[in-house]
Amino acid sequence: MLVALAGIPVLIALAVRLTSRVPSGRGPAFLDRIAENGLFAAVTGLLVSIPLFLPLTVGVVAGDTIAGEAGLGTLKYLLAAPAGRVRLLLAKYVGAAVFCLSAVLAVALSGMAIGALLFPVRPVTLLSGDTVSVGEAMVRVLLIAGYITVSLLGMAAVGLFLSTLTDVPVGAMAATIVVAIVSQVLDNLPQLEWLHPWLLSHYWLGFADLLRQPPSFDNFASNAWLQLGYIAVFGALAYGRFTTKDVLS
Amino acid sequence: MTGGPAIQALPGATSATETSAIETRGLSKRFGRQMAVDSIDLSVPRGSVFGFLGPNGCGKTTTIRMLLGLASATNGSITLLGQDIPARLRDVLPGVGALVEGPAFYPFLSGAANLHRLDTADRHAPSATRRQRIHEALDRVGLSHAAGKKVKAYSLGMKQRLGIANALLAPRELLILDEPTNGLDPQGTREVRSLVRSLAAGGTTVFVSSHLLAEVEQICTHAAVMSAGRIVAQGTLSDLRRAGHVQLKVITPDVGAAQGVLARLGLEPAVGRQDGADGQVTAEFPVDAVSPEEIAAALVGGGVRLRGFLVEGSTLEERFVALTGEGFEVEQ
Repeated sequence: MLVALAGIPVLIALAVRLTSRVPSGRGPAFLDRIAENGLFAAVTGLLVSIPLFLPLTVGVVAGDTIAGEAGLGTLKYLLAAPAGRVRLLLAKYVGAAVFCLSAVLAVALSGMAIGALLFPVRPVTLLSGDTVSVGEAMVRVLLIAGYITVSLLGMAAVGLFLSTLTDVPVGAMAATIVVAIVSQVLDNLPQLEWLHPWLLSHYWLGFADLLRQPPSFDNFASNAWLQLGYIAVFGALAYGRFTTKDVLS
Repeated sequence: MTGGPAIQALPGATSATETSAIETRGLSKRFGRQMAVDSIDLSVPRGSVFGFLGPNGCGKTTTIRMLLGLASATNGSITLLGQDIPARLRDVLPGVGALVEGPAFYPFLSGAANLHRLDTADRHAPSATRRQRIHEALDRVGLSHAAGKKVKAYSLGMKQRLGIANALLAPRELLILDEPTNGLDPQGTREVRSLVRSLAAGGTTVFVSSHLLAEVEQICTHAAVMSAGRIVAQGTLSDLRRAGHVQLKVITPDVGAAQGVLARLGLEPAVGRQDGADGQVTAEFPVDAVSPEEIAAALVGGGVRLRGFLVEGSTLEERFVALTGEGFEVEQ
């Protein structure tokens, strides 16, 4: 999955390279900037992956955490080892969180690499009009990667909880991905504006502030609080469910 | 103890929890409207090889799941190695090796890697001796040559061996083995049998659930028979056998005379197969009423020409069928 994720910016960069001219203002944001500065391959890759591809992979990993072990029948042996139910749950969540980070880094790093390989890399003009050095720009890309990783942690907690409900991993994976998609759909309905700040995916694309000088961390903080809330609620639900669950698989 | 003959095999037990590896009181598990396990009192003495018998679907595995804290009991209490379950689960489980309802492993990992992962899951397992312990466990079940092979390439019998190896990763006080010989070839079955014997000789209590009676009869010192969620008999193997019917068989040409003598002794003789000049008279034989030698003397005294005289205890299988019913249907 990490390879597939890393392939996204490569695909984008190759497409841009081969068509050589991208009409400005069409396609995903920053697409037209890739040819002029390779670092934008990473940003574009991340942007394109956020709505579907990253949630998809995180949903697969988070949904598989407990249900996958139950489906294989290894859950009972882990618990009889004894792994301890709380300890196992924590280990599984940490594993999912590490995957979130690796997934985002896979896109970001491969984006920067392919961008540097196919296009010139030069100082970047930020959204605020300031220009920063290549090194500083790379730090900004990593900051965005951090932002997106945090964005996915709440979803991983939802997946963990759903995974404790079933012995069929595919069910938990699908349900987790559905939650992410529904959240994004609801976030696009203006009639539900009151609900928007509470939606899992509300801040997913809100990292543009990190591309200003000086970077604004307001969204970063709001996003972190929201994700923390999701982790607390669904973590507690997962704990409540898993510590009392009869393991019959 | 509910239903059936109640046999307790703890002579002179001071405190049940001290001498018992497993002790349950009124243990029950309800799934919806069905009582899967109905108020059972198990008592497994330390150091015994305990056979847990019962037809498919009688609640054996559910009981084992409750013993290991995988499922919660609806009612009743469990004491494992003197500690309360599930309250002291974390202290008890490191001393318990288990094989529950078939082995389960990650198919994409090798046998040794699977054991490594499961051993890592146990916080108490020392990592310094891990490789060594995994190697020894694999060696004990005869899997050393396949240690590096991926589990998906294992046969059912090899997976079963790996499951047993997992139960042997650390020195255990108690082994709970659910159907350990499933899928094993006759050779593997023999090896498991001798493995269980050697473990028991080393002081480990072994709790084996099985539906293979011959198996239990060969390796166990104690047994309990479960049927439809209840324990219908429990005790030492010889107690269990004795509780069954003992049959007297007399082979003689003087069938009529033999019948007369036996009837006078208070038995109920029946005439069996006629083989040439010799006839067979059989009778249910209550052990306490009259001894075999008295019967033999009475028969000879009654002028019966004895050509064969046999007192036959029932096999465990006959006992088992008598306790759990003859039918092939899975009991609900």
